[in-house]
Formats: sequence, C-alpha cells, structure tokens
Amino acid sequence: MPKFLIVDDSNSIRQMVSFTLKSAGYDVVEASDGLQGLQTAKGENFDLVISDVNMPNMNGIELCKELRKLPTFEFTPILMLTTESSGDMKVRGKEAGATGWLVKPFNPDKLLATIKRVVR
Amino acid sequence: MSIDLAQFLPTFLEESYEGLEIMETGLLNLQSSEDDSIHSIFRAAHSIKGGAGTFGFNQVTEFTHLVETLLDEMRDGRREILKSDIEILLQSVDCIRLLIDADHNKIVCEDESISKVESLLNESLNSSSTDTQPQNENKSEKTQTATDAQSWLINFTPQPHLVQTGNDPLFLFNALADLADLEIVCNTSELPAFSDIEPKELYLSWQIKLTSSDATEDDIKEVFEWVEDECTLEITLLTNEAISDVQEDEAVNNDTQEQSIQVQSTQPESEQSSKQELAEPLSPTAITTDTNVLTTKPQSAIMGKDKAPAAKAKPDVGSIRVGVDKVDMLINLVGELVITQSMLSELGNDFDLSKVEKLTSGLDQLLQNTKELQESVMRIRMLPISFAFNRFPRLIHDLSIKTGKQIELVIKGEQTELDKTVMEQIGDPLVHLVRNAADHGIESTEVRLANGKSEKGTISLNAYHVGGSIVIEVNDDGGGINREAVLNKAIEKGIVEPNSSLTDAQVFDLLFEPGFSTASEVTDISGRGVGMDVVKKNIQSLGGRIQVESEPGKGSCFKVNLPLTLAILDGQLVRVGTEVYIIPLITIVESLQAKAELINRVSGNMVLYRLREDNVPVLPIYQLFNLEAQCTEIENALLVVVEFDGQKVGLMVDDLLAQQQVVIKSLQDNYQQVDGISGATILGDGSVAMILDIPGMITMALKQSKIAQKTAVNHNVEVV
Repeated sequence: MPKFLIVDDSNSIRQMVSFTLKSAGYDVVEASDGLQGLQTAKGENFDLVISDVNMPNMNGIELCKELRKLPTFEFTPILMLTTESSGDMKVRGKEAGATGWLVKPFNPDKLLATIKRVVR
Repeated sequence: MSIDLAQFLPTFLEESYEGLEIMETGLLNLQSSEDDSIHSIFRAAHSIKGGAGTFGFNQVTEFTHLVETLLDEMRDGRREILKSDIEILLQSVDCIRLLIDADHNKIVCEDESISKVESLLNESLNSSSTDTQPQNENKSEKTQTATDAQSWLINFTPQPHLVQTGNDPLFLFNALADLADLEIVCNTSELPAFSDIEPKELYLSWQIKLTSSDATEDDIKEVFEWVEDECTLEITLLTNEAISDVQEDEAVNNDTQEQSIQVQSTQPESEQSSKQELAEPLSPTAITTDTNVLTTKPQSAIMGKDKAPAAKAKPDVGSIRVGVDKVDMLINLVGELVITQSMLSELGNDFDLSKVEKLTSGLDQLLQNTKELQESVMRIRMLPISFAFNRFPRLIHDLSIKTGKQIELVIKGEQTELDKTVMEQIGDPLVHLVRNAADHGIESTEVRLANGKSEKGTISLNAYHVGGSIVIEVNDDGGGINREAVLNKAIEKGIVEPNSSLTDAQVFDLLFEPGFSTASEVTDISGRGVGMDVVKKNIQSLGGRIQVESEPGKGSCFKVNLPLTLAILDGQLVRVGTEVYIIPLITIVESLQAKAELINRVSGNMVLYRLREDNVPVLPIYQLFNLEAQCTEIENALLVVVEFDGQKVGLMVDDLLAQQQVVIKSLQDNYQQVDGISGATILGDGSVAMILDIPGMITMALKQSKIAQKTAVNHNVEVV
C-alpha cells in the first residue's frame, strides 16, 4: 500500500487531506511543518510527499530542496499544496525539485484523481 | 467517490478564529517588514483563505484574498507598512470574523462595514505601484465538449532529467488511460550505447494515439500539467483524413498543423473564463457539506436573513486544548492507580489479619492516587487567563483612537490559570471594566499634562492566585473616582438618604447600583447606565465578588475575586437533625457557640445575635427546611456566621463535621430549583448532601426579618 507524507501547518487542511487519502486506502503520515516533515522523511520512505508552501520553521520550498538531497527521495514525487498557483510559484517549486502542485481550494475527488499521475 | 468534509468544519472554524487572533496580535505589534510577525500574519490569512475555499465559504475567500494580496506585498517588501494600512487590516480582521459567521450560517453578510473595508482595501491595493493583478487561480474551463469520438495524437518527448523531479511517464500514461483508449508507440532512437547510458536520465520519447468521446484537449493537457516545462509536447486533433496516417512517423501533416498546440507556451485562458471560475469555486463535495448543514439546521438558513450576523453567533466549539504535559501526567497517574488496584486485589485474594497493615498502606496509596488524579483532571479544565486577556490590546487600540486619549496597556500574570467555564463568563465583565477605565478613568491628554502626569495613560490588567481563588485587577492611573459626584448622584437618584455618612468603600459600591451612571454625558463607549450593576451580577453569579479602590488624582483599581473552578467547592459539612448540609467555606466568617447574653430577640420569632459591633440575624436551618433538630434553643447553639455582599447571617446548626472538597452536581439538571439550595453532592458514604445557597438564604433571612417586623407592628397595633 502506498505511503504518503502530508506536511501542512493548518490542522484542518492536514486532517482533510489525510482523511481523503486514508479513505482511498493509502497510508498517511502527518507533519505540521517543514522541519518536522524532514525529520519524519529521514526516518522512513514514502511514495509521495504532499506539502504546503507557507509554513513556519521550514517552508515547503526549502523542504523540497532538502528532501531532494536525500538519496531515498531522489525520485519520490513531491507535490506542493498551495493557493498560490501563479507562474512564479510553480517555477520556484520546480527549481526546488517539486514534481507538481495541487491548487487549493482543496477538493477530495480532484486530489485523488490528480495524484494518480504520480503514484499507483 | 464523495468524501464528506463536514466533520472537519469545527476544526477549520477553531483554526480560523485562532488565525484571526494571530493576525490581530501581529498587526498590533507590527513595526516593519523586517519584523517576523508579518510572515505569521500572512500565513494565518493564507490558511483561512485556503480552508474557506474548501468549505465553500465564498464571502470569506473573496474578502480574504484582498487581505492576503496586501499582506503579500508587505511581506515581500514591495509595500511599505503604513499605519493606515494596519488600521484597514485590523478592520478586515473584524470583517473576516463576521463573514465566517455569515458563511457558517449560510447567509449573506450585509454588514455595511464589509463593503466599506473592501473598498478601502482595493483603494490601498490600487494605490501601490506594484502589479496587483488578480492571480489566475484556476485552469481554464473546459472549452470544448466533444460529442463524437475524437482522436488525438500526442507527441511526448521528455527532457532527460524528467524522472529526477519525481515524475514517471508510466504514471502519466496510466492517468491518460483513465481518460480514454490509448495506443502508445515508444521511440528508442535516442537511446545511447549501453556503456554511455546515465542511469538517472531518460532517453525515450513516445507517440500516443488517444481516442475518446468526451476527453477534451484541456483534459489531456492537464495530465501533462506538471511536466510541461520538462518536455516537448505536441497535441494534435486528428481529422478523419489524418487518422489513416497515424502510424506514420510524420503524423503532423499540413492539414492538422493549424490545430497543433505547443503546450509549453500557451496560456489560453482569458480573463473572463478565469473570473467565471473564481465566481463559483464550489466543489461538488463542498455542496454536499452544505446540504448536510442545511438539513440539520434548516432554521438558520431560512431565518438567517432576518437575523443580523451578530457576533454572538459564536461557534459552539466545545473542545479544549490541553498541553501534552497535562495529558502525560494523567496517564502516569492512571498507571499508578492501576498498580495500586492490582496490589489491593492481590491482597484480597487470600486476606488474613496479618495483612491489615499492608491493606492500610494500600488504601493510603489509593487515597493519594485519587487525590492527585482529581487535581490533574481539574487542571485540564484550567487555561491561562491570557485567553481572556488577549482581546484587550485590540480593545485598547480602538478605544484610544475613539477617545483620542493615549493609552498604554500593561498585562501581568497572563499565565495564571483559571477554569474554562469561569473564563468564558468573565470576558464580558472585564471588557466593561476596561472600557470604563479608558472612558471615565483615564483623563484627556490636556488634563493629564495640566496635572503633571505623563501624557500617556496606563491601564493594567493583573491576575494572580490567592488561596483557592483568582484575583483579576483592572487598574488605571487616571483621575480616580470622584467621591462627591458619586454621592450626590446617588442622593439625586434616591439610592441613599441625604446626610447619610458612608465610608469610601460604601460610596464606591454605589457604582454597582442598578441605574447608576456618573458620566455626565453618555458616550458610545460606556456609560449607558446599564453595565456596572450587570458586571457585579455576573461576577456574583460566578461565586465571585468585586471591590473598588480609588485615590483622587492617582487612579482606580477594580478587583475581581473569583473561585478557580465551578465544578469543585471547598465545603464545611454541618449536621442539622439527621441531615448533612454543606456550606461553601469561602462564605464562612466564623463559627461560634451562642452566648445567652448576646442574644437579642427583636420581635416575633426574629433573633439577632450581637457579634462584636454587628447585629447578625440568626437563621435556624431546621425551621427553614422543616426538620426535626436536636438543638432548637439558641442559647449555646452552634452558629456558623456566613457573609455575602457585606451582609452577615448566623446559621444555627446541630454540629460541625469535616471540611472537604465536594463535587457540585446541579439540582436543576437532575430535579428542579429549590430555594436556599444551590446544588447537591455525593458524600463518601454514598449519601446525598445539599449545598446551601448562602446568597439565597441571606435574602430569605432578610425578607423574613422584614415580615417579622411588619407582623410585630401589626400585632402591636391590635393589642393597642
């Protein structure tokens, strides 16, 4: 069963993403900011990382850069969960090594459909 | 699959209100863009907007978007942080709060402040030189709907580093396969010799023929959304003539060239379509959420229009945040309890008298465990008073603008803990006291300067524990209470007799009389004459009291004394006949044995007892509750003198028993309201004992004494 890491400082978004993924049968581990996410990622392997951009301690872009440095995350899909879908944001994400982005408002069905592009 | 997100609504609301508080506090402290707090303010706004979109809180999403844009510019240093903008943002926080309530109740918020602040925000945004175009949030809508089966030819040539961004062509093809039937041809011509292969690079390209009746070009492009910058992608609609050529390598012939699209460079969505999308970002799931709320609360939707989206419609979030340390402590204690229990049951397995000592020590341990457990559980309900205090910086900020006075707020002891229920009910009275202090207490700048004071007035809030209660002080360094003005007003209103001599404390107490207001003119901040008496009533209903100290020219201090919790009470157990009653320890002044020479029978059956310089009415509990008492004569009887609101009463009891903490159970919830009884509790032996309602009993005693006096007078008349 694919295992996902969800990183978001907003409790409600994190719970919703996590709930959606769990009800679709995925395993989910949560982290509340980039730093915590990175710590978690160092301890286990994931099939997909979904991360918010704006977070305290370590933001999503930094987290993405850090994750790409880890040998276990070299090819792991990393999706940025964000409302900032401007081109600038996408470029910054891509530069940091992000695989793609998910645009809020968060829609569970859309989420499940889109992640199929990177995991099965 | 539809997933019901309604269960996350309370979390979202709680989080949003927290976010608004963070914004408010941050904005009040915001000095410059160097300041770290701009980031937390932005994040809070950002989270609220994100969550609001998900739950279909459209009014919130739209409004917060403006706020977010402004904050974003400040955060990036593109915009100077001006006082005027902070003011607008603070008002925006209020608006967002109103809008969350409105959206939560499914009504359109018609508060005029919204449109006012909205136009202020837009004005501020437009005044900046920076590019403030609305972000294109969404992808273009489906512009084409094909009815007949169409075929598309997709040439997909990824850049070698594609897989290093976590993308995998296989998954993309799988996603495409979800849309339609595929025929895929892989082109391996670029594959180098085996020795030259870089394992992390991708050398393949693909040609895909996709046939579907409903997939549109946008659907296909969406699948490649994340890789469009890392590949060359050509999507061609195949006309009937072209289909036969598909298998050929040069599929892109002249006929179809016009329709071929370089995804890389296209941004086809027009302003209009993106606006449409913005206007209805309701996801299907959000709609399900709506209907759920509607079915459970049909009234709020129908009646909502009439009701102003009042601030009172607070979400009834019955949850509480507890520090992990408190939970850990509980778990530890429960662990110990389990150990004690197993030790005791072991002991009980084959018990004989030689083990009595072990049993006693085991029971002692159990007592200890239970006590600690009780304390820890109580601590869970305790929150630092900062929860009640943190609305005051904003209040003072607004008040100082409204009154034109310079006021500084000093908060001390914000970590002092208080029961959640008490906290919720003390907020409003405190707001009233602080408003009063700002409005009536602090003098205008001119007056302050003329009196040789600093131009800035100070209001300080202070909280600390004293014994089993918490004291909250509201201090101001203003002009103090004008004793003469208060007294004259009271005489004018007929509250006190002219020429009566009152102590300072008694005069200040007049402030709490119903209908009393000293402000010579009524301002919109305070002084409508309703208030101080309500403040006092609220505090008393919590089992607390309020005192005033004031010094002319130096300032005033309102001291609120509250019990730490409403769930547990320190009680004195007393016996009357066969019944046991509980008197709240906090009300007891002293207990004594009545001396015959100090008893003074007034008239009828009213008895006064001389306690130093006071005459205290004696209230025999056995008479009040119709009991058979052991002791019916006042001489040598035990009197428990209790006090409430400055009035003392001697309660006549048979015996004083232990003092202990009791858990208060409501009589109203379980039976009905009984005069003179405030609640009940269950004692150690399992019996039920009533808790005496001291304020109620004192009122009863006073009424009785009046009736007694009246009947006595009537009696005298008859005799004459």
